[in-house]
Amino acid sequence: MHEVNYTTDEMMTIAASRKLENGQVCFVGIGLPSAAANLARLTHAPDIILIYESGTLQTEPNVLPLSIGDSELSENALTNVSVPEMFRYWLQGGHIGLGFLGAAQIDRFANINSTIIGGYQKPEVRLPGAGGAPEIATHCHEIFIIIRQSKRNFVEKLDFITSFGHGKGNGNRKELGIKTLGPTRVITDLCILEPNTETFELTVTAIHPGVNRKMILDSTGWPIQFAENVELSPAPTESELSALRNLQNKSLESHFHET
Amino acid sequence: MAQITTLPEAIDRSVHNGNKIALEGFTHLIPFAAAHEIIRQKKKNLTLIRMTPDIIYDQMIGMGCAKKVVFSWAGNPGVGSLHRFRDAVENSWPNSIEIEEYSHAAMANAFVAGAAGLPIAILRGFLGDDLGKISENVKILKCPFSGERLSAIPAINPDVGIIHAQKADRNGNVLIEGIVGVQKETVLSAKCSIVTVEEIVDDLETHINAVVIPNWAINYIAAVPHGSYPSYTFGYYKRDNKFYTSWDKISRNRETFIAWTKKHILDLVPPSKLETRNA
Repeated sequence: MHEVNYTTDEMMTIAASRKLENGQVCFVGIGLPSAAANLARLTHAPDIILIYESGTLQTEPNVLPLSIGDSELSENALTNVSVPEMFRYWLQGGHIGLGFLGAAQIDRFANINSTIIGGYQKPEVRLPGAGGAPEIATHCHEIFIIIRQSKRNFVEKLDFITSFGHGKGNGNRKELGIKTLGPTRVITDLCILEPNTETFELTVTAIHPGVNRKMILDSTGWPIQFAENVELSPAPTESELSALRNLQNKSLESHFHET
Repeated sequence: MAQITTLPEAIDRSVHNGNKIALEGFTHLIPFAAAHEIIRQKKKNLTLIRMTPDIIYDQMIGMGCAKKVVFSWAGNPGVGSLHRFRDAVENSWPNSIEIEEYSHAAMANAFVAGAAGLPIAILRGFLGDDLGKISENVKILKCPFSGERLSAIPAINPDVGIIHAQKADRNGNVLIEGIVGVQKETVLSAKCSIVTVEEIVDDLETHINAVVIPNWAINYIAAVPHGSYPSYTFGYYKRDNKFYTSWDKISRNRETFIAWTKKHILDLVPPSKLETRNA
């Protein structure tokens, strides 16, 4: 068998898409989550139901949307609902199983910061802010997060908790009256992490090919733990890679080269 | 009853310095032409309300129209930062701005409350996150029936609500298609509303469940073809993704931003004004 070349971003997207299930109802964030979710729909999960916060319910875009409100999403949706209806009835009403989010920064309990670096009143860097994420993180039955792993974004302490993960660890969600599971998986360009069943701290459960433990430790802002049995992620197959590349090329073509 | 007029006249009559205004459109139907007219008329000290400030508020903030921004996600969709917004927040240029920040769910609920004439919106939100802790506008409320802890935020009631839509009929009834965002809520929550449309037609040719805002719920209507460009109007033209990408470079630097704005906003006579002059 000859070796297939791929990038770490491709590995991350493919590893995430494999974790999505056929028939699942998935609230999709723009960017990396959207790429992985649509890859799943085009490969092993043709009946996955994708929902974007712009109100596009059950949409089957032919290309990846550049923005959350692209016409590609609305034209290929089963129906378009208003943004209040989306957040009030469909999300808060508890109709969505999986929330799939990206993040700027994450901590060991899968809390997310996408608001500011530095102090809130005089931030060093002003990030875009919450968007739909805080309520997605608490109302979907469970949450997947996809994020590139480095010391800069896997931090010991967040400057701001935009979206609540497991808070300070075991039991914190329940104390706040949150009934959903929260983040159950974090997929990065190096590995897959899952909360420890007792402490709820993120631990490495699978490592991507070509990555070793030192690389993961060096890319994490806290002394990250490894599960007892760490799996090796299977490398991307040729068919997964060609599906992803076709989708991405088609998307670029559609967004930037149309006359 | 909606008055069909020109955009400059609608803005001149409705938008006053110090007003709270909302120019809505969730990535789709963003009323850019109306914003450019507000910039040309040099309106100041405005509170700009919008879920996703987008390029439209980046331009208004950079041109000094804003005193405060109320929002829930301030980025350039699919591209990155809003540099004029960041320059104002981080460096107070061209002036310092206050920010009032929510999540999408909270802001959508606040628009609904405003449209429904209620003083507050109630949601199951701000659970564990810091936004709820730092914001003076988020209060915890106990449900009088179940005892559940819920969050309350004030309703949004802009002085002026501005949206773009596909078309109006000659009586001023407006049809909105595609991603409808909080378009209806913006009109109904505002004290005064302006709707720009791609065209004014004899018949809206709609089906009975379509999103239509009746003429008696709107104050002003102006026909502004391409009024949402570089955003898009479903059925008319596509989002100019190249422009959204190029905005990153244009807006990153104060000088290039000012030069661009002078050429593409300040020195332009709006199409509707031109039509009136020729008439």
